[in-house]
Amino acid sequence: MAAFDIYPEYEIVRNNERCTNCRVCEKQCANGAHIFLTDKNRMAADDAKCVNCHRCVAMCPVRALKIVKTDHTFRENSYWTGKSIKEINRQAESGGVLLSSMGNPETYPVYFDRILLNASQVTNPSIDPLREPMETRVYLGSKPEKVVRDEKGRIKVDLPPHIMLSIPVMLSAMSYGSISYNAHESLARAAAEAGILYNTGEGGLHENLYNYGSNTIVQVASGRFGVHKKYLSSGAAIEIKMGQGAKPGIGGHLPGTKIVGDISKTRMIPEGSDAISPAPHHDIYSIEDLSQLIYSLKEATGYSKPIIVKIAAVHNVAAIASGIARSGADIIAIDGFRGGTGAAPTRIRDHVGIPIELALASVDNRLCDEGIRNRVSIVAGGGIRSSADVVKAIALGADCVYIGTAALIALGCHLCRSCHTGKCNWGIATQREDLMKRLNPDWGYKRLVNLLNAWKHEIMEMMGGMGINAIESLRGNRLMLRGVGLNEKELEILGIKHAGE
Amino acid sequence: MNVSARRLGSRALNDEIRRAEEDIIIEDCFGERYIGSGASSITITINGTPGNAMGAYLDGATIIVNGNAQDAIGDTMNDGKIIIHGNAGDALGYAMRGGKIYVKGDAGYRTGIHMKEYKDKRPVIVVGGSTGSFLGEYLAGGIIIVLGMESEAFPVGDFTGTGMHGGLIFIRSSTPPAKLHKQVTVSLADDSDMGFINEYLMEYADTFGLSIDEILRKPFYRLAPNAKNPYKQLYTIY
Repeated sequence: MAAFDIYPEYEIVRNNERCTNCRVCEKQCANGAHIFLTDKNRMAADDAKCVNCHRCVAMCPVRALKIVKTDHTFRENSYWTGKSIKEINRQAESGGVLLSSMGNPETYPVYFDRILLNASQVTNPSIDPLREPMETRVYLGSKPEKVVRDEKGRIKVDLPPHIMLSIPVMLSAMSYGSISYNAHESLARAAAEAGILYNTGEGGLHENLYNYGSNTIVQVASGRFGVHKKYLSSGAAIEIKMGQGAKPGIGGHLPGTKIVGDISKTRMIPEGSDAISPAPHHDIYSIEDLSQLIYSLKEATGYSKPIIVKIAAVHNVAAIASGIARSGADIIAIDGFRGGTGAAPTRIRDHVGIPIELALASVDNRLCDEGIRNRVSIVAGGGIRSSADVVKAIALGADCVYIGTAALIALGCHLCRSCHTGKCNWGIATQREDLMKRLNPDWGYKRLVNLLNAWKHEIMEMMGGMGINAIESLRGNRLMLRGVGLNEKELEILGIKHAGE
Repeated sequence: MNVSARRLGSRALNDEIRRAEEDIIIEDCFGERYIGSGASSITITINGTPGNAMGAYLDGATIIVNGNAQDAIGDTMNDGKIIIHGNAGDALGYAMRGGKIYVKGDAGYRTGIHMKEYKDKRPVIVVGGSTGSFLGEYLAGGIIIVLGMESEAFPVGDFTGTGMHGGLIFIRSSTPPAKLHKQVTVSLADDSDMGFINEYLMEYADTFGLSIDEILRKPFYRLAPNAKNPYKQLYTIY
């Protein structure tokens, strides 16, 4: 219906003086945006197919390409934006739910960017991490109420299971199926090299990756794909996924077209069958039911592994977290509304959930007020972009953070937010063999390890600047934070003072 | 080996079971939870009433309950067999992938939700009496059979098979099911269907000492998914 044609969002600009018609761009674009015109002996482009993933730009040997946002425009209207008009047209045409990927890209406040860190001057001198010991190691798990000694005065060591991380960062859940095997292998190897943990997501664990078990969190979600005794026993921790920041309140759906080969084998469902994770766990309608799943997992693994319960940051997150802390969980993972996904209904992704900074601060407050903060560790995720976000999250009360999007960017993701098409030109969110092999795990994991090492050093420098030499002393240390441009209520929830106070 | 559950509590009892290298008989069971979680190879016989989440992640063991069982039995079960000589509670066989659950009496709400099958793994639930609503929702594989032996009423509740995209449900009844979701198709089981489930019906009759002729006295209705990919047309990619 040409009358309603939607003008492309991006335009491919080709410098024809540089272009040598080598056709690399054509080969690299799984979306078919580049076409070679044989009769005219030159390249052409179909802008409508471009997702702005920069693959062609990066691969062009003569730098002849760039992608620009189109300046074609609707009549200016600050309320009915071009985006709104285009989305209505899409839906009027198809009758379908708008689907998109990665995290919420809209212009909501970013509290991390309204919080500044402290540094020592004169008194309580700063510490140079290059010449003084600096502890970035953290242990996640339930901590005892108090130290208990036997009759000879020795400390009784009867701790629940813990996981040890060299830095307070873990790689968050991304399932095999939503991302490629090479991406999964890169995550597993990076976690092992960096001394941290990665998370299988809900798609099971590929048989080749079982030997990274001590650096693996195995996830149990409502679909229970690939969950069996060996899987549960192989990880260092088990995560029950109740919710996800990118799509709180709804389930998952990996279309049957992606259930092929090893994905089918790993998820233990037939090829071509849809993998549907129902919105709720249909055996969990209460904290008591959740507790039951936690303990059945503990029983199945002989109480040898901490159980993580992951929830999306939503309105009543503090009360929910309080319930979870009392349910027998060892770790609570809270996923903010900026968290990524391989596919989510756009309206859910962009309008449901709350910022992780506020959720984290209110959960930490609530658990401290109730005297149960020691029972659980807190993992904050959903939009952690840098080591500064990590430090701020820890000072707001987290034990460690989950990173997903940042890890994928290290592996080559250019955030074109088209994961749901399955045609990821960078070999991450795809199962197409030819695309997948573009991500070489040998260098993928190294890039990720580089990122983690860089962050580790930055974290140490920021801590050193504050005169703090251990992550333990930073956790929940809100005196190290000041707000800028925040109102009273925001400061109250974050539990921080305004800059200048 | 005989163990009395009296005064042991769930955790100590389950420690005993985990250590057991031979078949085990549990006496005086009064609601102890998580019995046989992840168990393989042995046979656990329970005299009494086991608590919730019995046989979760069961991986080859056999559990025989001489009494009623409670909620979340056989959650994510992978292999093995659970035989209940009484009734079962809610959420029986949730996300079960393999093995068999045979219940002599009734089962509660949400029986067999999101069961799935893979290659030689095909989970089977047979309930002798009736079940509550939401039977076989999101069913992705496996077989659920409800016999309604003791009653003339239609033996399952509402919303049966909603969201089902694999597997089969068979309901023994003189009257056809009503009010099914459009994702579910219904037909009278034909000879090949009956041949398909015969081995489970025979084993079930044998397990509980029932007459197979009595079981086959009424027709069976066969519920199957309407389309393989029920959610496919829902989205607009942009």
